[in-house]
Amino acid sequence: MNFPILSSLILLPTIGALFILFTKSSSGKYQSSKYVALFISLANFLLSLYLWYVFDKNSVDFQFVENREWLSGFINYKVGIDGISILFVILTTFITPICIISVNATITNRFKDFLIAILIMETFMIGVFCSLDLVVFYLFFEAGLIPMFLIIGIWGGERRVYSAFKFFLYTLLGSVLMLVAIISIYWITGTTDVEKLYELGIKTEYQNLLWLAFFSSFAVKTPMWPVHTWLPDAHVESPTVGSVLLAAILLKMAGYGFIRFSLGLFPIASENFTLLVYVLSLIAIIYTSFVALMQEDMKKLIAYSSVAHMGFVTLGIFTMTQQGIEGSIFQMISHGLVSAALFLSVGVVYERHHTRLINKYGGLVSIMPRYAIVFMVFTLGALGLPGTTGFIGEFLILMGAFEKNILVAMIASLGVILGAAYMLWLFKRVVFGEMNNQELKGMKDLKTFEIITLSALVIPILFFGFYPEPLMNSIEASVENTLNMYNFDLINNIASKD
Amino acid sequence: MENFQNILPEIFISISIMLFLLIGVFKKNSASLIYNLSNISLVILLALIINLSSIDTAYLFNNSYLIDNLSNYMKIILVGSGIFVMLTGSKYIQVINLNKIEYPILILSSILGMMIMISSNDLIVFYMGLELQSLALYVLASFNRDNLLSTESGLKYFVLSALSSGLLLYGCSLTYGFSESTNFDQILINSTEFNYGTTFGIVFILVGLAFKISAVPFHMWAPDVYQGSPTSVTLFFAILPKIAALSVFIKFLYTPFANMNDQWQTIIIFISIASMIFGAVAAIGQKNLKRLIAYSSISHMGYALAGLATVSNQGIQSSITYISIYLVMNLAFFSCLFMLKRNDKYYENIEDLSGLSKKHPILSFSLLIVLFSLAGIPPLAGFFAKFYVFLAVIEQSMYFLAIVGLLATVVAAFYYLRIIKIIYFDSEKEEYETSHSLGLKITLAISTIFILAYFIYPSGITEIVSKISMI
Repeated sequence: MNFPILSSLILLPTIGALFILFTKSSSGKYQSSKYVALFISLANFLLSLYLWYVFDKNSVDFQFVENREWLSGFINYKVGIDGISILFVILTTFITPICIISVNATITNRFKDFLIAILIMETFMIGVFCSLDLVVFYLFFEAGLIPMFLIIGIWGGERRVYSAFKFFLYTLLGSVLMLVAIISIYWITGTTDVEKLYELGIKTEYQNLLWLAFFSSFAVKTPMWPVHTWLPDAHVESPTVGSVLLAAILLKMAGYGFIRFSLGLFPIASENFTLLVYVLSLIAIIYTSFVALMQEDMKKLIAYSSVAHMGFVTLGIFTMTQQGIEGSIFQMISHGLVSAALFLSVGVVYERHHTRLINKYGGLVSIMPRYAIVFMVFTLGALGLPGTTGFIGEFLILMGAFEKNILVAMIASLGVILGAAYMLWLFKRVVFGEMNNQELKGMKDLKTFEIITLSALVIPILFFGFYPEPLMNSIEASVENTLNMYNFDLINNIASKD
Repeated sequence: MENFQNILPEIFISISIMLFLLIGVFKKNSASLIYNLSNISLVILLALIINLSSIDTAYLFNNSYLIDNLSNYMKIILVGSGIFVMLTGSKYIQVINLNKIEYPILILSSILGMMIMISSNDLIVFYMGLELQSLALYVLASFNRDNLLSTESGLKYFVLSALSSGLLLYGCSLTYGFSESTNFDQILINSTEFNYGTTFGIVFILVGLAFKISAVPFHMWAPDVYQGSPTSVTLFFAILPKIAALSVFIKFLYTPFANMNDQWQTIIIFISIASMIFGAVAAIGQKNLKRLIAYSSISHMGYALAGLATVSNQGIQSSITYISIYLVMNLAFFSCLFMLKRNDKYYENIEDLSGLSKKHPILSFSLLIVLFSLAGIPPLAGFFAKFYVFLAVIEQSMYFLAIVGLLATVVAAFYYLRIIKIIYFDSEKEEYETSHSLGLKITLAISTIFILAYFIYPSGITEIVSKISMI
C-alpha cells in the first residue's frame, strides 16, 4: 500500500482545523491562527500540485485508489482520481488559501471559527471530488451543507437567516431523492462502488427514474433554472469568502456529478433526457442573462451570471461530444477562477464603501487604477474574450453544441453576447464614468494582500487562456474514456432492442 | 440452578429495590445515599447482563421467559442509558427539591418492569412487566407534585395509559381466545389459519404498544407529559420506555404474529408514515424545548417503526440500530438542557438559547452537533441511523415509505435549523452558570464524541446487532 495521498489531502485541512480549535489565542492574536490556516491550506495546495505532477495523464483508470473496509463489509471507503476530478481537486486547494488570505477585518467576530469552517469545508469539497463510492460521495456532498450554512448564517449580511435556511433546505430537499436512488442502486446491483458500477452497468428499465433522482440533486446544486433562486440570496448575504467558495467550488460539485454519475451510470437515461437539459440550460443562459442585466446589486449580478455560465456547462456536458464535455470542464475551472475573482473584487470595494449598489459607484479608474486593471481582466474573463480561460470553455461548448443541434447552439451563442453586455455595462458603471459620489474620493487602491490574491487569480486566467494545453492534457483521456463507455452502452442498448 | 443464573439480573435488581426501600424507611435523610446506591446497583446490573450475553437462547419458567440476543442487547442499552439518565439528573433533582427516596426506587422498578417486558415470552408475563413500568412512570411524571403542569401530566398519562392498557388487555384476551394459548411460540403455532379474532387481537395490541411508544395517532399524551414532568423524568420518558416498547414491538410482530404479517404490515406502515410527518410538522411551531423534543421523538419513532414494517432481519436490525443512536442523541440533547441553569432555575424555552454560542462555545457546539445529527445530516451518527433504516426499507422496494420518510426529514430539518439559528445567529442573552456536575459533563462529552466520530467506525453497532435475527 502506497502513501495514502488522497486521504491526506482530505484530512489535512481537518487536522489543521482541530489544531486551530485547540490553540488558545487571546483576542489580539487572531493573526496567528490565520497563519496556521494559511500554512495548512498552502501545504495542501502543494500536495495537490505534486499529485498532478505524478498523475499519469495518459491513463484512463482511476489513480491513487484507496479502498478500505468501512461499513461492515458492504460499503467501502473508496477514493481515487482520474483526469476529470484532479483539476477540481487542484481548484479547491488553490481557492482555499486565497480565501484564507482574504479573511480580514470584515470578519469581526469569531475569527477563529470562521477559519475552522473554511478548512472543514475544504475537507468536504476535496472529498466530493475524490470519492469513488456513491455513499461516500453523498456523505461529503451533504456534509458540506453544515459549514456553509454557518458561514452564511453567522457572518452574513442582513437577510442572512433567510438565505441560509433557503440554501440549506433547497439543497437538502434535492439531495434526499439522490439518497433513495443510491440505496436503490445498491439493491439493484449489489454495490455502490463507482468503478464496479461502470463495469456492471445498470439495467435500462431503472435508469430513467434513477437519473431523475440524481438530477433533482444536481439541478439544485448547479443551479439550473427554475431551482436557482437560492443562489442569488446565498451569494448576496454571505461574506465575500463564502461567496467565493460557493461560486468557485460548490457549484462545480454538481457539474462534476453530472459527468461522473449521470453520464457514467445512466447513459441511456441521459440520452433520453438530453432535450430537457438543453431547454433548461438555454433558459438559464438567456433568461438569467436578462435578469443579470437588470440587477442593481453587484453581487446579485455576478450570482445571476453564474447561473448563466453554469447553463453553458450543463449544455456542454449533455452534448455528449468530446469538445462539449472538455469545454464544460474547462468552463467550470475557468468560472471557478473568474467568479472567485469577481466576488473578491466586489469585496474590495464593499469593504471600503460598504455598499454593493452599482449606482453608488463610478469613476473608480481615477482613484484606484490598479483595481481597475485587475477588475477589467476578470470582466473580460467572465465575458469570454479570447486570451482568457472563459473563451476556451465557451468556444468548445458551442462547438460541441453545433455538432449536435444547430438551433440550440445558435440560441446559446446569444448568451455570449448578453454576457458581454451585462459584464461590460457593470464595468462601465463601476469603473468608468464620472465620479458623482464625493465619498468615493477617500477610497484607497489595492492593499498588498489584495494584490497577492487578485494577481494569483489573474495569472492562471491569462496563462491558461493563452496556453490551455496543460489542463486539456489532463482531462482528454478520461473524457474520451467516459464518452466511449457512454457510446458503447448506447449501442448495446439499441442492439438489445433489436 | 442454571435457570437461576439466567435471571440473576432481575433477581438482583428486585432485591436491591426492596433493600433500598427498607433503608429509606428506617434511615432518615437517606435520599442521596439511595440515589448513589441505585446508580451503583445499575452498574452491577449492567455487568450481570453483559455476563449473560453469551447465551443465544434460553427459555425459563415453562417457556414464558426468554433470554436471547435481542433481549440481551436491548437490556444492555436499557440499563446503560438508565445509568446515564441517573448521572445527568442527579444535580437537577437536588436543585428543584425532588431528591426523595422514592425517586431512584421508582426508576429502578420501572427498569425492572421494562426488563421483564423485554424478556417476556408470554402474554401474562408481558402484561405484568408493562404494568410495573407504567405504574412507576405515572408517579414519576407527577413527581413534582407542587407544580401544576407536573400533576396534570401525571394524571393525563395515567388516564390515557390506563385506556391503552385496557385495549391491550382486550387484544391479549382475544388472541388467547382464538389461539388457545398465552405463550408466544404456541400462539405462532396455533395461528396458522386466518381468523378475524386474532386480527382484532393484533390491532388492539398494536394500539396499546403504539401508545407506549408515542406513535401517531396515539401520541396525544407525549407533548404534555414531556413538558410537565421534571426534566430528568422527561429524559427517562424519552429513552427507556421507547427501548422497551420497541423491543416488545419486535417481539410481538415477529414471534406470535409472524405468520400474519400481511395483516399488520399496513398498520405499521401507516403508523410510521403518520408519525414521521406529524412529528416533523407539529414541531415547527413549538416554543418549549421539551415539547419540541416530544414531537421530535414522535417522528423518530416513525423511522424506527419503518424498519419493522419491512418484515426482514435487516429491517429489525436497522430499527435497533436506530433506537441505539437515538438514545445517545437524546442523552446529549438533555445534557445540554440540564446546563441551561442560572440562579437555581432551569430554562427550557427555545428563546432562552438565544446567542448561546458567544458565551458558551463548547455547549453550543455540542448542541449544534446533536441538532444536525437529529436532523440526519451526514457525517453525523443520526444520518447513519436513517441510512440503515432506508437501506432496509428500499430493499423491500417500499419506495413510497422511503420517499415520504426522507421528505419528512427535510421538514424536520427546518425546526432543528431554527434552534441552531437562535443559538448561533441571534443576539446574546445573560450568561448561564458554568459549573456542572461531573456526571453531566462526562455524559455530554461521551455522547457528543460518539455522534461526531461515529462515521470513523460505523460498523461497530451493526456488527453487534447483526446477531439478532428473528426470521
